[in-house]
Amino acid sequence: MARTLLDKVWEAHTVRTLPSGQTQLLIGLHLIHEVTTPQAFQMLKELKLKVRMPERTFGTLDHIIPTADQSRPYADPEAEEMAQHMYRNMKDFNLQLFDMSTGKQGIVHVIGPELGLTQPGMTIACGDSHTSTHGAVGAIAFGIGTTQVRDVLATQCLAMAKPKLRQVRVEGSLARGVYAKDVILWIINQLGVKGGVGYAYEYAGPVIERMTMEERLTVCNMSIEGGARCGYVNPDQTTIDYLRGKPYAPSGDAFERATRWWLGGVATEPGASFDDVKRIDGARIEPVVTWGINPEMSVGVSQSIPSPEAQPEAERPTFREALAHMGFQAGQPIKGAKIDVAFVGSCTNGRLSDLRIAAEIARKGKVAKHVRALIVPGSQQVAKAAETEGLHEIFQAAGFQWRKAGCSMCLGMNDDKLRGREMSASSSNRNFIGRQGSPTGRTLLMSPAMVAAAAIAGEVADVREILR
Amino acid sequence: MTTDFKRRQITGRGIPVTGNDIDTDRIIPARYLKAVVFEGLGEHAFEDARKQNPEHPFNSPAYRGASVLVVGQNFGCGSSREHAPQALMRWGIRAIVGGSFGEIFAGNCVMLGMPCLRASQQDIEWLQREIGRSPQASITVDVEKQEVRLGDRAIKASMPDGPRNQLVNGTWDSTSVLLEAGAAIEATAGRLPYVKGF
Repeated sequence: MARTLLDKVWEAHTVRTLPSGQTQLLIGLHLIHEVTTPQAFQMLKELKLKVRMPERTFGTLDHIIPTADQSRPYADPEAEEMAQHMYRNMKDFNLQLFDMSTGKQGIVHVIGPELGLTQPGMTIACGDSHTSTHGAVGAIAFGIGTTQVRDVLATQCLAMAKPKLRQVRVEGSLARGVYAKDVILWIINQLGVKGGVGYAYEYAGPVIERMTMEERLTVCNMSIEGGARCGYVNPDQTTIDYLRGKPYAPSGDAFERATRWWLGGVATEPGASFDDVKRIDGARIEPVVTWGINPEMSVGVSQSIPSPEAQPEAERPTFREALAHMGFQAGQPIKGAKIDVAFVGSCTNGRLSDLRIAAEIARKGKVAKHVRALIVPGSQQVAKAAETEGLHEIFQAAGFQWRKAGCSMCLGMNDDKLRGREMSASSSNRNFIGRQGSPTGRTLLMSPAMVAAAAIAGEVADVREILR
Repeated sequence: MTTDFKRRQITGRGIPVTGNDIDTDRIIPARYLKAVVFEGLGEHAFEDARKQNPEHPFNSPAYRGASVLVVGQNFGCGSSREHAPQALMRWGIRAIVGGSFGEIFAGNCVMLGMPCLRASQQDIEWLQREIGRSPQASITVDVEKQEVRLGDRAIKASMPDGPRNQLVNGTWDSTSVLLEAGAAIEATAGRLPYVKGF
């Protein structure tokens, strides 16, 4: 019987079936950062345990670090304390840390793929829900909590149940001005934020197959927003071309042998069956903007905000809460909604291609006077590549702030926060209440192109009109 | 002294938090993740939601001391932060009954020995209503029998077999269980092409 990537990767990493019925699953790559690990290392020390396979864990600093002045000690004493713990733990347990001095630091989900640490056929875990990102290269990658981080450090394994598998096929082709971010926001709109609970998502179909690796990373990144703990794309020529020459990818003959395994031994076989298949028509997707307090609450930019009365009864209270929080009326067009802040960055959209698209729009105008606009590259390598192309100068000339790499305003754990009820046009992944650092702050999720367009217009704009 | 890890039944008073898709940012805002320990998180559970809504159940003296949290659909979606179940546990919650749960959240709860059981929308609404009517009433969450009892009524409440077995048998402290595999861990790794260097 034809097997899926999930079947094959799961089987290859199964150590044994646990008495509970779960699988003891070997984790091939463990990525860690400063925020969800100090307690795990503390537990390890209390249990007098070592890291089982220190060569399979890599760390970076991303969540709490400032993106303006990165000189040590950090101005925020709590951030400084977390950084110090990270340095100490990495040293005590003999683990490799990509800090600022390496030139390889960045958001954990940006650096894994760009260093070639993330490879097809791996199981990957990280104490961060957006670990689903790494599925873009054909890995099974999931976010875990801190006690599970302890498990991976101590045993290189997790106790997991194999999820069901849903293939999400994006058919047809995308219109100009519609990007990978719009595709995943639309998938979540159609399948819902709870739709993926219990499933892994295999993204497929012509639109996904034509996507670059960076676009696939954007799609897989937000699998978790659709309720799916992981999402992946089958490895293909795009994957191979992306990985060739990456520092931690195999090289020479080993790369050729790896290629044969990735295509022949990892990818889903033709005729494999799925627990469910959903089809999305790519041609019908327009630039998507969220209007509410979870990523499913979105509309095409030409559409109006839906009415709670049009929803199933159980969903109406959440809809009403969303309208009240956002200060929107049902029936109001999303286009023209005034913004105060524009943010391009995050593990969803902080890669070089995202910055290129945003710069293309930034070239066409100046940031509106009332808007604070930040460009935060996803990694030091992204920043360097962007600067080599002169993108930072385009942004600065247009009135955007050019920052250093980090998670920044996606979750507001550093100084990059919304203030009061500010409305943010954001290329990040979550519009939850309080997500961007102000308890009353408001977030509109959209593609980097749409964020740049909104920054210039001072309100939600249709990027297709600018590209015309 | 031995610690009993078995979580067959949890009995206590209830606290209802209504609404769907309550994310982990709402349960514990990110600013409280800037700490190297979990201690002290309990008092910050739902902090911003409580400030914005004086009627929030976590503000109500009637629910102080409650240990069974009853929630809607997709509770704990979003961020993987274990700080969310840690905050609830340190506030006093010992079991959660809901329509459905974010998967990482539910997994984190198991790691802390805190069961998350799923019940039908209708039963959840009944449970939340009854708790609102008599906050002092005792609720039993029976993990083994997969039911929740209040007064003379028992409702069906399920959880997946794997984590349920872990909780009932007291094997949810997974590090020791995983370590029992011994050399099989290295043997599995040794068969993987990317570990062998292709």
